[in-house]
Amino acid sequence: MSLPLPAWARGESLTHAKQGFGEVSGEKIALSVGDHHFGVGGRKGHAIAVNGTVPGPLLRLKEGQKVRIDVTNNLDEDTSIHWHGLLLPFQFDGVPGVSFPGIKPGETFTYEFPIRQNGTYWWHSHSGLQEQAGHYGPIIIESAEPDPRYDRDYVVLLSEFTPRHPHEIARLLKVGEHYFNNQMQTATEGEMSVKDRLMWGGMRMNPRDISDVTGSTYTFLINGHGPMDGLEYLFRPGERVRLRVINGSAMTFFNVRIPGVPMTVIAADGKDVAPVEVDEFQIGTAETYDVIVTPPDGSHALVAEAMDRSGMGVASLTSHKGHRATPPPLREPVTLTMADMGMGSMGGEHGGMDHGAMGHGDMDHSMRDTSKLPADVKVGPGLDMVSPMPMDRMDYPGLGLDNVGHRVLRYTDLKAKRTNPHRMPTRSLEIHLTGNMERYMWSFDGRKFSAVTDDPIRFAYDERVRVKLVNDTMMAHPIHLHGHFFELVNGAGMMNQPLKHTVIVQPGSTATFDLTADEPGDWAFHCHLLYHMHAGMMQTVTVRPFPAPEDAA
Amino acid sequence: MRLASTLALPLMALALPAAAQDHSAHGQHAQHEEKPQADHSGHAMPDHSAHAQHEEKPQEDHSGHAMPDHSAHGQHEEKPQEDHTGHAMMADHSMHQVGDVPQGPPPPEAFEGPQHAADAIFGAEAMAEARANNHATHGDMLTGTLMAERLEARFKDGEEGFLWDLQGWYGGDIDNFVLKSEGEGELGGEIEDAEIQALWGHAIGPFFDLQAGARIDLEPDTRSHLVLGIQGLAPYMWHVDGALFLSDRGDLTARIEGEYDQKITQALILQPRVELELSAQDIPERAIGAGLTKIEPGLRLRYEIAREFAPYVGVEYEAKLGETADIARAAGEDPNALVALVGIRAWF
Repeated sequence: MSLPLPAWARGESLTHAKQGFGEVSGEKIALSVGDHHFGVGGRKGHAIAVNGTVPGPLLRLKEGQKVRIDVTNNLDEDTSIHWHGLLLPFQFDGVPGVSFPGIKPGETFTYEFPIRQNGTYWWHSHSGLQEQAGHYGPIIIESAEPDPRYDRDYVVLLSEFTPRHPHEIARLLKVGEHYFNNQMQTATEGEMSVKDRLMWGGMRMNPRDISDVTGSTYTFLINGHGPMDGLEYLFRPGERVRLRVINGSAMTFFNVRIPGVPMTVIAADGKDVAPVEVDEFQIGTAETYDVIVTPPDGSHALVAEAMDRSGMGVASLTSHKGHRATPPPLREPVTLTMADMGMGSMGGEHGGMDHGAMGHGDMDHSMRDTSKLPADVKVGPGLDMVSPMPMDRMDYPGLGLDNVGHRVLRYTDLKAKRTNPHRMPTRSLEIHLTGNMERYMWSFDGRKFSAVTDDPIRFAYDERVRVKLVNDTMMAHPIHLHGHFFELVNGAGMMNQPLKHTVIVQPGSTATFDLTADEPGDWAFHCHLLYHMHAGMMQTVTVRPFPAPEDAA
Repeated sequence: MRLASTLALPLMALALPAAAQDHSAHGQHAQHEEKPQADHSGHAMPDHSAHAQHEEKPQEDHSGHAMPDHSAHGQHEEKPQEDHTGHAMMADHSMHQVGDVPQGPPPPEAFEGPQHAADAIFGAEAMAEARANNHATHGDMLTGTLMAERLEARFKDGEEGFLWDLQGWYGGDIDNFVLKSEGEGELGGEIEDAEIQALWGHAIGPFFDLQAGARIDLEPDTRSHLVLGIQGLAPYMWHVDGALFLSDRGDLTARIEGEYDQKITQALILQPRVELELSAQDIPERAIGAGLTKIEPGLRLRYEIAREFAPYVGVEYEAKLGETADIARAAGEDPNALVALVGIRAWF
């Protein structure tokens, strides 16, 4: 077995990818994917750049147009581009092995589809771990009608750069040792009582398992710029500035805030919502939020703090060119609570539970009571926990943001601006998010994607299904369904349930969405944490008949 | 990583037969993991209520809207339904709502062909290859590591010795090939004990692997053993490794090791470690008596300069036990000793 070494590993000199992106638009667009070097904040390494930049170019499209995009692969391995959040014929969705065969080295693949929507989206590789290396970029689709809600329009694309090869990161996660976590509880750090520590240890769980990969290897980027690069967003006082915040990271949830400047959320995952004013929001990997801000004169720090508080992306929103705002310091690391173990309402009174009465043996048992699982969930080494009492936590603002003393966005705040057709689902479906932290195994219903082969999640065309995701792990997972928007069952009226393409399922909790499966074909469904997907947390969704009756006619 | 794959190649070659066996074993394993869960109603756990509810619910007749009612699409049939929104209580809200909608298989047309929609567009062959690759790259990663857990100099009563304790593995989530080696000797002198184990590891639960294979002692004399053991993470985060050894002379022995990492700071780690050895019979040529033969509790304090590289200092108490201790005493040796150690823990 000889491993073909990619060009960069053979030491061939590579050009440096540019930080930040240009723009491509029109009906005919060409993108080329290539190996490059990239450096930011003293960290340097290999990158996969599109059109020579990291992130790749902004695709600016217009609702109602048609687009033809030629993607040329200059890598030594297959590549692909998935248009995240776009409604399109499935064969142009860009997932190798599901929607198309992938793009071989030296080949050009032509994507061609009509633009049926508007809003903020993004694109990224769906091949291997290329996304981590820089193969991603933003998409703006302007609405067919003029949009008078703002005076300026900016992309805030959040991501990470690591000098490590992504496959090495995947290996280190498998080998264990909490390699990237420098915020573990120690004898000298962490406020948890000895009793609670014993309880967590008894369950072989780590209450500081917030992020698998952290600032110890990541430099957090905004539009490809590190926190020290002085990225500026200029405005004139009084202007309404639209910030299109895209979480294009591989593994990081960000807490986004502009201290002193309230943000009005106007869209989630590209779809308009009833405006809601907040001071901070957590954005899961692959989600997007559009906010309008009207900052007062001066320089304001736009901060994207990693959820585990191991670092942040920083930019200045300023009315004075060249004036850098001072970002606030990182806040204290986050510690998981009982609610994150799926202990339901007991999570509220942290540590209030009667450990004595329960006994650690019982506790251990109750954290993996497999009789609570539906019969179709496979029980095996890949499942280290079963949430005993998983609760819907759509009203939870995100790990570490429940006690910050200002307004934080919650899923329950989101209401679709345009009403959805009112239809009750005809059936419900429960999907369990399963995993094993120690072995770094991740799956749906206890089966890694590599183990399910030809047993997809099946929907009938135009069927309306209520899908309940049950998180039997202690990590938050951003679950993404390709080619569709589903409606979060978040307490908004049935016709105002917000449309999303990605939903965070909080640790030990449930999240429910209504899906009208009206896009025929085969689609990917996966956790958008890149290394979780890589470890197997992925499935195929089929919508049949294909072609759909109307199409055939 | 390149180094890793180079090293891994011979390991992989060795692992192949093991991988072959293990498929069958895996199959069986999977079988008894299939839960005899046919009957849900039997154990309606209290907190299971939501789930139990919709399963037990005499499924009201949905035939009304069981079918993809295309015509209804886009029309707001029943306005009054709005009151769903009223429930602000998330917790019972979701249960209530999911409970409203019956679980069940997809309608028949969801099973219509084609099996793979892309086949007709890009060709079945190209898609089959891409599909196989897509599955394999989402869950079948093979990887490994090699760790020197203890690489140390040992000082007791004027004697200066050394010890190595290496362990490596290569494989997937369920099955892997494990290599272990341990040995000790006098600094600047001879190797007194040396063994290598080659094992097939198989995950038997979330936290433990079963390990089976062979051990070859190179010192004090060449001897081979069959090995059967378990290794994994015990409650309270103790890393445990226990094995039975059956030698080519029919001697049965056992060894249990446990260690725990107590972080003092993020980089300074105190590791209590204990090792216990047992023998089912006297083994005179190795000065071992039946019963508990040896216990070695120790404490190591390491500083992780990098995660992969940590020097340490420590102490260990070596105590021969029972008949083995008697044998040592009869030979004029002290069966107990306090050892000071200095060493390196390293891996890649």
